[in-house]
Amino acid sequence: MTFEEIKNILVAGFGEMISADEKGLQPSITVPSGSIAEICQFLFEDERFYFDYLACITAIDNGPGLATMELIYNLNSIPYGHELMLKIIFPRNTEDQPLPSVSTVSHIWRTADWHERETFDLFGIHFENHPDLRRILLPEDWEGHPLRKDYSAQEKYHGINVRYEN
Amino acid sequence: MSERIKTGDGGIILTNAEDLMNWARLSSLWPMGFGLACCAIEMMAAYASHYDLERFGILPRPSPRQSDVMIVAGTVTFKMADRIRRLYEQMPEPRYVISMGSCSNCGGPYWEHGYHVVKGVDKIIPVDIYVPGCPPRPEALIGGFMKLQEKIRGEHPLAPELFLEMQEGVPA
Repeated sequence: MTFEEIKNILVAGFGEMISADEKGLQPSITVPSGSIAEICQFLFEDERFYFDYLACITAIDNGPGLATMELIYNLNSIPYGHELMLKIIFPRNTEDQPLPSVSTVSHIWRTADWHERETFDLFGIHFENHPDLRRILLPEDWEGHPLRKDYSAQEKYHGINVRYEN
Repeated sequence: MSERIKTGDGGIILTNAEDLMNWARLSSLWPMGFGLACCAIEMMAAYASHYDLERFGILPRPSPRQSDVMIVAGTVTFKMADRIRRLYEQMPEPRYVISMGSCSNCGGPYWEHGYHVVKGVDKIIPVDIYVPGCPPRPEALIGGFMKLQEKIRGEHPLAPELFLEMQEGVPA
């Protein structure tokens, strides 16, 4: 199945909010962030797609200037051999606001469980209805989300200075 | 019972208890068997047949309770720091620490932007020997062990603490 066909089926099913970007090396489809779980469920279940494998979830922080964050889902269909890059863009929170929230896809692909935990750990994106949204790499009492553009590390962790001092 | 043959070579060695104890301790340094990152691969190579650390009486022990020396071989993250401190506290005295490689010496390549790396394991436990390298070759680790042996050779395990404190005040 070509990218064009996948795009047309998605536009027919989910309306004009879906936009495609075919400029890059890998063409991508940007969907509204609210409907990501619904669209993923459709892509997973529909017989024409059968995207049974979530290869990767990538998060991007566009910084406080643009004030947006992105999530990129790379899907593969093992029986059909086709692939798809899905993107969502959503507003970023400032310091006093709650974390941005996106619905989980871990009920569709079990592998998303740990991918989303890592994204939460390093970027501070909250996944609604995730079964176990804890930090996965950093210690559980760590402060902040290190891969954010405006992150600055805490002074001390358990009495140890975090920064290098001469 | 066979009669003992007298060769004239003598069956008696004269030494003092301190030297004998030091010799015994430095000839059977048992490190704790654990590694943290790529330095541990070099450490394993040093244990294995090519470099054969066991010829120095050095063999890894599976428990901190049975270990004399801790080789911190690799990157110490903040998540690991509490565990390292705990393991060190579980080791019986006298105990020694070899910091192996740039990461555990000073943070290594993570010194500036590594928010997750302790900038030197000496921030959490006292270190006796630093082995430089990224990672150090097995020869360098063996060199570190020989430095540690030198250090143990100069110790006074039997002297009363008060005496040692008095000695420290007097210039050699």
